[in-house]
Amino acid sequence: MSDHHHKETFITKYVFSTDHKMISKQYLVTGIFMGVIGVFMSMLFRLQIAWPEKSFSIIEAFLGHHQDGGVMSPDIYLAIVTIHGTIMVFFVLTAGLSGTFSNLLIPLQIGARDMASGFLNMVSYWLFFLSSIIMVISLFVEAGPASAGWTIYPPLSALPQAIPGSGMGMTLWLISMAIFIASSLMGALNYIVTVLNLRTVGMKMTRLPLTIWAFFVTAIIGVVSFPVLLSAALLLIFDRSFGTSFYLSDIFIQGEVLHYQGGSPVLFEHLFWFLGHPEVYIVILPAMGIVSEVIACNSRKPIFGYRAMIGSIIAIAFLSTIVWGHHMFVSGMNPFLGSVFTFTTLLIAIPSAVKAFNWITTMWKGNIQMNTAMLFSIGFVSTFISGGLTGIVLGDSALDINVHDTYFVVAHFHLVMGVSAIYGMFAGVYHWFPKMYGRMMNKTLGYWHFWITVVAAYGVFFPMHFVGLAGLPRRYYSNTAFPLFDDVADVNIVITMFAIMGGAAQIIFLANFFISIYKGKKATQNPWKANTLEWTTPIEHVHGNWPGKIPEVHRWAYDYSKPGQEEDYVTQITPLKEGEEES
Amino acid sequence: MTALLYILLAIVIAVAIWQVASILKLKGVIATEKDNNTQGVLFAVFGIFFYGLMIFCFVKYSSILLPDAASVEGERYDTLYAVTMILILVVQAITQFLLFYFAFKYRGVNGRKALFYADSHKLEMIWTIIPAVVLAGLVLYGLSVWIDVMDASDAEDPLIVEVYAKQFQWEARYAGEDNELGLANVRNIKGINTMGVDMTDKNALDDIPTRELHLPKGRKVIFKFRSQDVLHSAFMPHFRAQMNCVPGMVTQFAFTPSLTTEEMRLNEKTITKVNNINKIRTEKGEDPYEFDYLLLCNKICGSSHYNMQMKIVVEEESQFNTWLNSQKTMAQVVQ
Repeated sequence: MSDHHHKETFITKYVFSTDHKMISKQYLVTGIFMGVIGVFMSMLFRLQIAWPEKSFSIIEAFLGHHQDGGVMSPDIYLAIVTIHGTIMVFFVLTAGLSGTFSNLLIPLQIGARDMASGFLNMVSYWLFFLSSIIMVISLFVEAGPASAGWTIYPPLSALPQAIPGSGMGMTLWLISMAIFIASSLMGALNYIVTVLNLRTVGMKMTRLPLTIWAFFVTAIIGVVSFPVLLSAALLLIFDRSFGTSFYLSDIFIQGEVLHYQGGSPVLFEHLFWFLGHPEVYIVILPAMGIVSEVIACNSRKPIFGYRAMIGSIIAIAFLSTIVWGHHMFVSGMNPFLGSVFTFTTLLIAIPSAVKAFNWITTMWKGNIQMNTAMLFSIGFVSTFISGGLTGIVLGDSALDINVHDTYFVVAHFHLVMGVSAIYGMFAGVYHWFPKMYGRMMNKTLGYWHFWITVVAAYGVFFPMHFVGLAGLPRRYYSNTAFPLFDDVADVNIVITMFAIMGGAAQIIFLANFFISIYKGKKATQNPWKANTLEWTTPIEHVHGNWPGKIPEVHRWAYDYSKPGQEEDYVTQITPLKEGEEES
Repeated sequence: MTALLYILLAIVIAVAIWQVASILKLKGVIATEKDNNTQGVLFAVFGIFFYGLMIFCFVKYSSILLPDAASVEGERYDTLYAVTMILILVVQAITQFLLFYFAFKYRGVNGRKALFYADSHKLEMIWTIIPAVVLAGLVLYGLSVWIDVMDASDAEDPLIVEVYAKQFQWEARYAGEDNELGLANVRNIKGINTMGVDMTDKNALDDIPTRELHLPKGRKVIFKFRSQDVLHSAFMPHFRAQMNCVPGMVTQFAFTPSLTTEEMRLNEKTITKVNNINKIRTEKGEDPYEFDYLLLCNKICGSSHYNMQMKIVVEEESQFNTWLNSQKTMAQVVQ
């Protein structure tokens, strides 16, 4: 780190920066950009679901030859649904969330000058950028982007004869994801090495803030599971382009028998979900870490059960790698395997319950400061519980039979890992914005943003459970072919209205975010009176984070309202008083 | 309802524009005591909205739910579902209440110090062990149902039916007199032999291909699923039955129909549901709807995934036999 005084040009400072703080901002802005696309897509397909035959000028304007008189085609409907899922899960909630906050907070909160490898970190971001660009380009392919669902199950994803999106669109999807995985692995390895090796003096693993524990464990799951998706994608590329039969067998399509013999789509499902399930924890764990930090700080109370929180993060991470089969109860795999996966899946409910109860107990007898970040954290706990509980239905193989792939599933995972993780991300942005930009975000706009979002999100996803329980399969372009579902149409309209409301509310956030970067009130060094190390760095970013020596750490991060202290917070760099016991 | 939402939406957009426009005048950045107070009260109000929304949905939307299960196994499913749901709702009601109540009750007051309470092994043991015990019970109960549903090996004289999926159509094949399906492979597909039945296999000759699924009440039906192109999923929601159809392999599911189509049409919940649907259809000027069991595709399979269905008719065994005997066998069809 001796070179952190050399002169910087525009290019090295803002574009090819190796400074973790700049890279974190790059991740965030790219993530927000992708998020806008992803959310906008959901608005388009919600219009189609609510009013399947109606013409919309917005659809006419955006969908080009994929629409007819303002009504989208079935193929582009499936494509939009697919890309919405891909973008939100990978580009926003994996790279946007984990990339932003792991990069920003790991060095700052453990007391390091930068990531272990600044160069690898930079490469990681630019690969992510490249994969985002390719994914966006795939939207403009003549036959439409990938449209086999975000899970891209073959044979549908392997055969352009089966759906037009499985041509060039799918090829670009696979290339984009392969690059994305490379980026994600570089990031994750960097996070792990940094946390293990670069902690400042006194920063024992048991003094780390829960954010760091969450990012650290997330990175480990990423390293374990993402390569499996890469191999799944590679084999799919082989099947698509070189005539191999890993996933394909006995196929007759459009009047001709294909040569494939001996492969099985079930193999792909296993490989995909071996990443796919840990992936939802890759998404949710960082949000949990952020929320733990924000709730403790704003409740002015130590996080309840610090060690149990760490234990549950590790337990969740471990279990997450042995539950993937619960996505495949009706895939045709041996029912005995289904029993095993039911058992492991429902086990996850235990550490999850511990976390939820610990957050609630942290608020008990607190002195809650209602900053926007805190509101979103409370929102997170609420949606995580609502969504998590229906997981008990879906994780039970017997009950999954009839709700599998219906809107019940859509409602479940949106609440538990979609909305929750987004709330965690918002909480993180509102909380660490002063650290990122040296300015504050506006609170009035934050309050409006939160309340509209939270009402809209429940307005969307609560009724959606009932649509699923009515038996309506997901990914249906329209329900008009089934008189049986005529009475669901009204519910779908209500859901779409709330969805548009929720989407519109994000404009408030965007305005607040971008205007505050330039016009926001100047931040003070420690605006939330927090204990963690990042608030001991100067407001103006310096390369290497601390101008002088890196401070030494003397206590854990949660000495809020400790008896015998004057203030209701004690930073981690404050030495223990004489006779004071470490908590 | 919709009109109300339109108004709400307009208000939201107006507020958004108004607030964003005044951002440069808004200076507040950190919550004051007044904010804590307002937001705390808002959480209490939101808590009421939250429970209101839940109750509203249960009251208003219970009519769109599926009617009672129409299979013996489905009845067990429904009981398991009810038990699980009650449990979930109890936990949901309690935890959400605590969350919103604490947000309201402990909203920040200047000068007050929070309670320094970092750990309690007793409490943590309680909320580790209670969920563990409850879940263990649920797992055991769930698995007993799962094994019961998935294991059809002890069925006496089951009816064997193949359900065959392709973009975007279902076909069926009954095993015929020998109750054994003849071999089949997509490589044998030719002309009228759309399911690729191997006509050199003597078990195949008496197989009966159909475009409609008829099932006898009270007899276990073992379904063998195949697909000729991409993944499909055979979803029969009224029977609480679903299984993917996978190209290159045969999958299986079994159930015993317990209500004929006629009986289901007379079921109270079905009548309410059909009446609601017909009210909507009359308004739109569409033909009235009569209840039928359906087989739907529930795995994304291409453009017309949303319209891949087959009618299922459940009837008394004698009627079923009459119907089946009136169908042509493979030998007759191919000739």
